[in-house]
Amino acid sequence: MGQYITRRILQSIIVIIGVTLLSFLTLHLAGDPTYLYVSERASAEEIEATRIKLGFDKPLPTQYLNFLSGLARGDLGLSIRSRKPAVDLVMERLPATLELTLFAMLISTIIAIPIGIIAAIRRGTVTDGSIMLVAMLGQSMPSFWLGIMLILFVGLQLKILPISGHVAVLDPIFQGNWAEGLSNIPKAVSYLIMPAVTIGLFSLSRNARLVRSSMLEVLSQDYVTTARSKGLSERIVIMKHAFRNALIPIVTMLGLEFGFLLSGVVVTETVFSWPGVGRLVTNAITQRDIPVVQAAVVVFSVMFISLNLFIDILYAQLDPRIRLR
Amino acid sequence: MTTIVQSSPAPVVNLLTPEVSEWRRARRSLLKAKWPLLGFFILGVVVFMALFAGQIAPKDPNRQSLIERLMEPMKPNAEGKIDYILGTDGLGRDLWSRIIYGAQISLAVGVMAVMVGGIMGTSLGIIAGYRGGRVDDFIMRLADIQLAFPFILLAIMVLVVLGPGVWNLIPVLGIGQWVTYARIARGQTIYQLEKEYVEAPRAMGASDRRIMLRAILPNVLAPLIVIASFNVASAILAEASLSFLGLGVPPTVPTWGGILNESRDQILAGKWWPAFFPGLAIMLTVLSLNILGDWLRDFLDPRLRGRDAK
Repeated sequence: MGQYITRRILQSIIVIIGVTLLSFLTLHLAGDPTYLYVSERASAEEIEATRIKLGFDKPLPTQYLNFLSGLARGDLGLSIRSRKPAVDLVMERLPATLELTLFAMLISTIIAIPIGIIAAIRRGTVTDGSIMLVAMLGQSMPSFWLGIMLILFVGLQLKILPISGHVAVLDPIFQGNWAEGLSNIPKAVSYLIMPAVTIGLFSLSRNARLVRSSMLEVLSQDYVTTARSKGLSERIVIMKHAFRNALIPIVTMLGLEFGFLLSGVVVTETVFSWPGVGRLVTNAITQRDIPVVQAAVVVFSVMFISLNLFIDILYAQLDPRIRLR
Repeated sequence: MTTIVQSSPAPVVNLLTPEVSEWRRARRSLLKAKWPLLGFFILGVVVFMALFAGQIAPKDPNRQSLIERLMEPMKPNAEGKIDYILGTDGLGRDLWSRIIYGAQISLAVGVMAVMVGGIMGTSLGIIAGYRGGRVDDFIMRLADIQLAFPFILLAIMVLVVLGPGVWNLIPVLGIGQWVTYARIARGQTIYQLEKEYVEAPRAMGASDRRIMLRAILPNVLAPLIVIASFNVASAILAEASLSFLGLGVPPTVPTWGGILNESRDQILAGKWWPAFFPGLAIMLTVLSLNILGDWLRDFLDPRLRGRDAK
């Protein structure tokens, strides 16, 4: 087990280095990155001064080492616009984004599982067909379009849910104020529903299909036939024998899911004016505020990689076969 | 995923001699049998729209008319004639014509991105599987790194640095997809290496290049085609997202994502049509590609059926 964990941690470090290298090299794709940091009317002296200040006059490997040592100290430069450290800006907005992502993940898993099971049990019936049709639709619409439609029809026409706004839950909790954070949950939910559905519908649909197909596969296994022939009730066969084994591919998906949802927040937060990292990134895009975009990419990637590492280790704990691979 | 792909026989055989039971099973559920036809039909219409946009579109997609801003769909004018079937946008441009022209870019970007990613991924995958050893390790580590973080974020960053535009968008979306092809091509190649038709030219001293192109490539194509049809769909969705963020195609060229982006100012005023129709176009196109992908998967290889091997 210890060996497995060491190997996975080493792998993750290599991947993080790869990600930082990529996001570092991206800056140099268009040639001298200094021009990304100065205004279009900057004089030659200003450009030269910025180049030296940001270290772009040094050879590439030196620049990368500087970038890495900055990263280790949590320093990815100042935002061009606000002159504040880019990493701080991202971290400030992170709780709101996490709230949204976690809620979307909750919705997409909790609803997908029963739906997928029902479709598998009723295979070939109209119920199955309709569930799969809806799941297909859910995987085919652009998420931000769904968001816009929800705003137009649920928010503006029916006036059931608010079209924007946010009540902080994680922010007070991270500051140690659990009571305030938890008491905010009921108020926060009404603001969370529409954006979370917007981000989560794609995953919900995919998970429902995944649960269905993995249930179908498990249901044809010998041990399920055995369980049935022992005279166990269908309920027990499905919940105890089939479902638990069908869960394995879904658990595997969860880590990737999180990253997928995280990348969905960029557009969705823009649609709902959600005060998270996504909207920060969108604003940074229009203002060409490179350090902020870069900080968001690095923070998201590191989070994603660590989460996957955690899930893999947890998984190896649960299923000994994985350690041996 | 890899193990499943490896253990399946050369699926091309199934393409040439479809089993009767396959059809019977497809027909068993009425829904299932109708969907692929519907998919073909919708996709055919979209392709037709894209090819003959100039002939079909009733108006110039970029002609602005400030008096006719935000006209409702199907609303007759003073003479009782309907000028704009889908209404007009905030600048008085005909939405229907813009959507017809938008099909061109959305389809072209989707298909070309898949070609870039497909060629890159397939070649790297076959090379990795064929050479093995260090080459294999290197290519597959690269693939792991790419899978280890959400690619759309890097795409955003690249496009911020390079600036928006179709020719930046296509390679970025393509590179985002190469891993899927590479993994499958590699698995299939390793499996093919043991086949007589690969061993024979090898024994006769054919060049590696020739073996890879003539003996291996045709036999690994079938599952890759399935992946490609799903990936055209996801490339179209990604293009829409990036255009929505203003990172796609410049606003003078109508694309579905771009039209949606421009509709944002009208949403709060409750004007639904400028946002509804382009999104509907995206959804129908992506839906039919997904349905066709599912169907192709069933058709080409029954063993892959029921698995969301994306």
